[in-house]
Amino acid sequence: MIVPLTHVLAFSGALFFLGLACVLARRNLIMILIGVEIMINGAGLALAGGSAFWQNIDGQILVILLMALTSAEVSISLAMVVYLQRRRGTLEANAYNEMHG
Amino acid sequence: MATILFYILGFTALAATLLCITRRNPVHAIIYLVNALFALALLFYLLGAPLVAAWEVIIYAGAIMVLFLFIIMMLELAPDQEIKGPGWLRWGPVLLLSLVLLACTVLLMVADPGSSQEVPAYYASPRTFGYALFKQYALAVEIVSFQLLFAAVGAYYVGRPEQRKKPKGGTP
Repeated sequence: MIVPLTHVLAFSGALFFLGLACVLARRNLIMILIGVEIMINGAGLALAGGSAFWQNIDGQILVILLMALTSAEVSISLAMVVYLQRRRGTLEANAYNEMHG
Repeated sequence: MATILFYILGFTALAATLLCITRRNPVHAIIYLVNALFALALLFYLLGAPLVAAWEVIIYAGAIMVLFLFIIMMLELAPDQEIKGPGWLRWGPVLLLSLVLLACTVLLMVADPGSSQEVPAYYASPRTFGYALFKQYALAVEIVSFQLLFAAVGAYYVGRPEQRKKPKGGTP
């Protein structure tokens, strides 16, 4: 496959900033988590592109480690989502603006 | 051929992601994200990472997104929980910020003299991958396994059933 490295990086950057826009604009906790997932995928695309560019396998291994870390992060954060929903009855991020209790 | 496929898949992933982040119903958003992840898995395959492509489908689309779906269905979320107000007030600044950051990134990449170098064809067989992962990066695998264990313990702790409050004081 012959594409310039810039195009791979531009695609991954576009994915990353779409995820960033989702995190910043949405107010639902689940949608915020989805935005984080999109950002992580964008980073993974950049890693795989670098791995192919330098003909080196390290980037792909980083992508796999990234997936493992993501699954850990998602399990914890979804457990917290369930906890917050039970506790407050809403997933609106604006509802969680107090530090006490 | 592969080059054309790369651009088609890239724009498919971007379009599906764009649809995903603008849906009001989280279930629809997750279905679009699964679509984007399939396109992304094919991109990984084109970049010479067949094992990563398979795991992208298996772990991301198969496990993580289904976990999201389970949580959404378990909590019975109402699909329309957005705040009031005009949409541009929420999306305008965010889009401006993201577009400016993206434009700066792209400009930096274009200004780089080595930017027009092309990604050569590359293929890492699963055998090579496994050797590198479990020999060179064995310590990282161990650390990740520890972290998964901690995540499981933490998720269980956070999601434990609520205990009844014990009566305070020694009233017999």
